Amino acid sequence: MKARSLVSIDDLSTEEIMKILKLAAEFEKKPVQDILNGKVVATLFFEPSTRTRLSFESAVSKLGGKIIGFTDSSTSSVSKGETLNDTIRTVNNYVDLIVMRHPIEGSARYASEVSTVPVINAGDGANQHPTQTLLDLYSILKTQETLDNLNICMVGDLKYGRTVHSLLMAMSRWNTSFNFVAPEELSMPDEYKLYLDNLGLKYHETVDLQEVINQADIIYMTRVQKERFSDPIEYEKVKNAYVLHDHMLADTRPGMKILHPLPRVNEINPDVDANAKAYYFEQALNGVYTRQAIICTLLGLK
Amino acid sequence: MKNINDPKQLLVSAIESGTVIDHIPAVTLFKVIKILGLDKIRNQITFGTNLDSKTDGKKAIIKIAGKFFEDDDINRIALVAPNAKLNIIKDYKVVEKRVVSVPDSITAIAKCMNPKCITNFEKVTTRFKVVSKKPVALKCLYCEKITDQERLEII
Repeated sequence: MKARSLVSIDDLSTEEIMKILKLAAEFEKKPVQDILNGKVVATLFFEPSTRTRLSFESAVSKLGGKIIGFTDSSTSSVSKGETLNDTIRTVNNYVDLIVMRHPIEGSARYASEVSTVPVINAGDGANQHPTQTLLDLYSILKTQETLDNLNICMVGDLKYGRTVHSLLMAMSRWNTSFNFVAPEELSMPDEYKLYLDNLGLKYHETVDLQEVINQADIIYMTRVQKERFSDPIEYEKVKNAYVLHDHMLADTRPGMKILHPLPRVNEINPDVDANAKAYYFEQALNGVYTRQAIICTLLGLK
Repeated sequence: MKNINDPKQLLVSAIESGTVIDHIPAVTLFKVIKILGLDKIRNQITFGTNLDSKTDGKKAIIKIAGKFFEDDDINRIALVAPNAKLNIIKDYKVVEKRVVSVPDSITAIAKCMNPKCITNFEKVTTRFKVVSKKPVALKCLYCEKITDQERLEII
């Protein structure tokens, strides 16, 4: 029988999302428990992602589970030419759950089809990274006390940013208004704008962060990468326009929080860190609770 | 109803019993043959291609003796021959006419256009949800990318 997996945020109903977020709040109150005692979780990282892997491993360890796996495909049998099918069908004999990061898009869905144990997609190329989306939702819910009627301001690389696309799709389940702040070369793709149009949700696009910053309940920062620009002169022109400084936050809403999927490079000036509106490190901590909730939900333990 | 036995139309010889698939675009004839597996069955098959058509430019026609298709099977050709028409023949007479329609899901026929999709790396049967029927747009169930009509490739 096929086990219940988490491959894409769309696999979850809104009710299931709320259930996971509620469970995450319980784990936040009591993150160290014995629930996973005797369980083994595999972390199969076919490409390195230290932050995501450590977050999962912390989540499992705090609940008393054991972790096996690899951190890079060069140290696994993949380097000998083993197929993903064979790797999964072997590993699922050893563990109760598989956490997988893989550079090929759709690999997680495929793994979930061949695996006898639940698979959690920890990122499949540019496609999906649902646990990131859930921890973003948890952070928003926790700081705003609702997911409804919020203004989300997305800043930076909105063209290639997987996390902003998933968050947009997830938040469109509620009455959300969006501000998209990006250089023209990295603006939000039409398919997402069309999606919001069809739902009748409001959005506004601008190249000027200052124009919309005071409307935001959540500012979601992403990194503007030099490699994304076809013309390096264009990058030089815009690179400082999408950097958040503490002085820009003076007139923002009192309950506003700044999120960032991390790692940050220079898009949030370190002088913001001391501001109570900075929330990105707490957001990373929330990832542990959210992942505890996801793992226990898929294993049917909560 | 057009009489299929009209000698003027018999560019491809008539069959006693079976299926005639008409209005296939000439360029996709061999894809239709492949999708329906006609290259693997032992029935008597005749086909004509690059025939003049008032509506389709150059069309092709296939006549398969002793073969009748289920809707699910025949709809698989809708991706490459959306205007195809079927004449079911019994005793040299057309007893039924059918059109094809694009199904809601497509399995094992189309190739995902995303070069980074798992289906292009490992032996995975492709599966798509049809998100638009005209023009055809397929959403890969694996990488979730859209393959549109222009980039549609039949495996």
